[in-house]
Amino acid sequence: MEMFDLTLIWAFIIGFGIMMYVLMDGFDLGLGILYPFAPDEDARDVMMNSVAPIWDGNETWLVLSGAGLLGAFPLVYSVFLPALYIGVFLMLAGLIFRGIAFELRFKSRRNRHWWNRAFCWGSAIAAFAQGAVVGAYIQGFPVENFAYVGGAFDWLTPFSVLTGLGLMAGYALLGATWLILKSEGHIQDWAYKITPMLLALVLGVFAIISIWTPFVNPMVWERWFGNLQLIWIFPALALLSAFMVYRSVKRRDEGIPFIATIGIYLFTYLGLIVSKWPVIVPPNYTLWDAASAPESQLFLLIGMLFVIPIILAYTSWTYWVFRGKVRVGEGYH
Amino acid sequence: MELDPLVLSRLQFAFVVSFHAIFPVFTIGLASYIALLHGLFFKTNNPAWDRLSLFWTKVFAVVFGMGVVSGIVMSFQFGTNWSNFSLASSNFLGPMLSYEVVTAFFLEAAFLGVLLFGRGKVPQGVHLFASIMVAIGTFISAFWILSANSWLHTPAGVELIDFRFHVTSWREAIFNPSFPYRFLHMAVASFLTGGFVVAGVSAWFLLRDRDPEANRRALSMCLWLLLFLAPTQAVIGDFHGLNTLEHQPTKVAAMEGHWETATNVPLLLFAIPDQEAQTNNFAFGIPNLASLILTHSPDGEIPGISEAPPEEQPPVIIVFWAFRVMVGIGLLMIAVAFAGLILRRKGRVYEQPLFLKTLTGMIAMPFVAVLAGWIVTESGRSPWLVYGMMTHEEGLTPSLTGPMALFTLIGYVLVYGVVFYTGVYYLTRVVRNGMLPEEERETASDNFKRPMRPMSAAHTPFDDDVDPVRS
Repeated sequence: MEMFDLTLIWAFIIGFGIMMYVLMDGFDLGLGILYPFAPDEDARDVMMNSVAPIWDGNETWLVLSGAGLLGAFPLVYSVFLPALYIGVFLMLAGLIFRGIAFELRFKSRRNRHWWNRAFCWGSAIAAFAQGAVVGAYIQGFPVENFAYVGGAFDWLTPFSVLTGLGLMAGYALLGATWLILKSEGHIQDWAYKITPMLLALVLGVFAIISIWTPFVNPMVWERWFGNLQLIWIFPALALLSAFMVYRSVKRRDEGIPFIATIGIYLFTYLGLIVSKWPVIVPPNYTLWDAASAPESQLFLLIGMLFVIPIILAYTSWTYWVFRGKVRVGEGYH
Repeated sequence: MELDPLVLSRLQFAFVVSFHAIFPVFTIGLASYIALLHGLFFKTNNPAWDRLSLFWTKVFAVVFGMGVVSGIVMSFQFGTNWSNFSLASSNFLGPMLSYEVVTAFFLEAAFLGVLLFGRGKVPQGVHLFASIMVAIGTFISAFWILSANSWLHTPAGVELIDFRFHVTSWREAIFNPSFPYRFLHMAVASFLTGGFVVAGVSAWFLLRDRDPEANRRALSMCLWLLLFLAPTQAVIGDFHGLNTLEHQPTKVAAMEGHWETATNVPLLLFAIPDQEAQTNNFAFGIPNLASLILTHSPDGEIPGISEAPPEEQPPVIIVFWAFRVMVGIGLLMIAVAFAGLILRRKGRVYEQPLFLKTLTGMIAMPFVAVLAGWIVTESGRSPWLVYGMMTHEEGLTPSLTGPMALFTLIGYVLVYGVVFYTGVYYLTRVVRNGMLPEEERETASDNFKRPMRPMSAAHTPFDDDVDPVRS
């Protein structure tokens, strides 16, 4: 047993799970955020249809990461959730409403505009709350004796509001590039049109966050302006990805904008991880402080190693089955 | 009035978990029923079984969807409102709850899609296999959850060091002393729930002369099942009670409403327990019967509530009356099942209108009984969160304030109110359109056929007016 550091394995699993969640639920939350701006009701049909078969599989990763945190890093679970009490509630309420909207919008006529609203607001609130979580994580939490001791709205600062809006913009960008991939005609034209605007918004907000972060958190300052110069490769790659999004939209490529947007996210995420590593409950607790007992981590690992490949295989299969364009007035058969 | 975060958090948890429990308790029973229908169709090739399984799979799809939606909240409740408890018990409960999630996803990923959308697309044998796997999956999910819950009642296989539980034996912790009883009691409760719902809906269809061939078969099956299971549940409940008497005597005393340790204890049929005075008002009961049931001897000694100091006693009036509601409904179920047997002997079981109407009325009863039963066992554990080791107060999130807890309590009531209203409204439409020939069903406004979603297996429209957005 001494050969494996279970905590590191778990850090990798949870990190991977969160990344998968952000990328995959990101674009379907993004479509919800873009919903009110869609050119017409046909576009809304196509937008929702393009993610209807896969969205709940995407949310699998949220629940899997959440449950995994309780099993492997309980301190994260027992500090983040109380500290973000109100935000967590809003996120769950948002996810529930958009979940029902997915189920019932297509079965509904008289009430369809209500389901449109539920889908949009649910998505927007959930995205904002998730972004605010990232902001709160960068800020850190007042913790004494392994328990959160701050107030109900400590997490809600100008900084976390900005990260919340930033993630909303980022998800919207993912949604728009996904729509480029999955739609055609006037809907695709609209997606091409809004992508550069969203890209500019995302870059602007991300730039402010990046400049602001080292001031919010001295440890991050040390990491970026100390002697670890290799770290700058992540923002460089993120910027390169952003440029690729811009160029591919100009050329009207269909797949590259989405993939390049994933690149922006991936490198930003990695940049965030190296900024904070190995602190998981800032400012004081590392991964190893937050870990559960090794025998518990091992017990759960066996199940996870069994199920994660199955979920990945199932996910890829679903995406493969539902590949191709979604057309107006036509669903999957 | 001071807002107490402890009381509000307990109310919130009780509300969310009760609301959620309604769905799995039904789907566990229904999944097995659907698997049975598939098996019968596979064996006999009688299309009546196929029509029944098609209809009940639609109902299953909607209820399963609502269960998933309401269940997401559960996995966050432990952290938001009970963070000290989460941290302390994470070494055991973390893996247990995660395994439940893993099981549920494995089930959904591999087999639910085939069950819901595979009809006519996969070979009949594969479809049957998927339905059996879904049924088994619901039991495995229940296994993890009930094991975790039972551990709170009868903790075993752990040691408490520095306010953290460490697992010393997974086998002892998972198969803790009350688990086998609770699991059996709950499994049979799920079958009873499924049985009464199917019987009630079949009776409703028979009253309207809708597909009588299939619905007679369904009703007949259910009545045989209920005739066997309703009395069996009483026996299992008795064993469960004896197990509780051994491990949580105060809870049993509260269920029976006995304050003092005594012999020749009567079975109280009615009483208004007064916690402050530590006595009952207006008590009325059958002499010696409680002693007989609990010790199997009329002069057996039963420990009273007062064995525990007042601050370690559960809220007796809640436990006492919830127990009577559960047992009362249980007896009613046995009576209905036997009435079915008598009518069957007379050959009138499919026609007797009063009986069919009674069955329709019984649809809600098993749900009430299950919730009452959970109220008995969970309130009866109070003030202990982990029995004898950690109180609710110790498990509460330290930073939680009354207004925060009130905000989310109201929030969850509103959110779940909308979910429940739309879900039940939609479900009644599915049932109203059920078992009708194709041409008589309400027209499907569903202009997109979208597989892979649980509820899209039910093709009924949500409403049927014109679309204002488009017109």
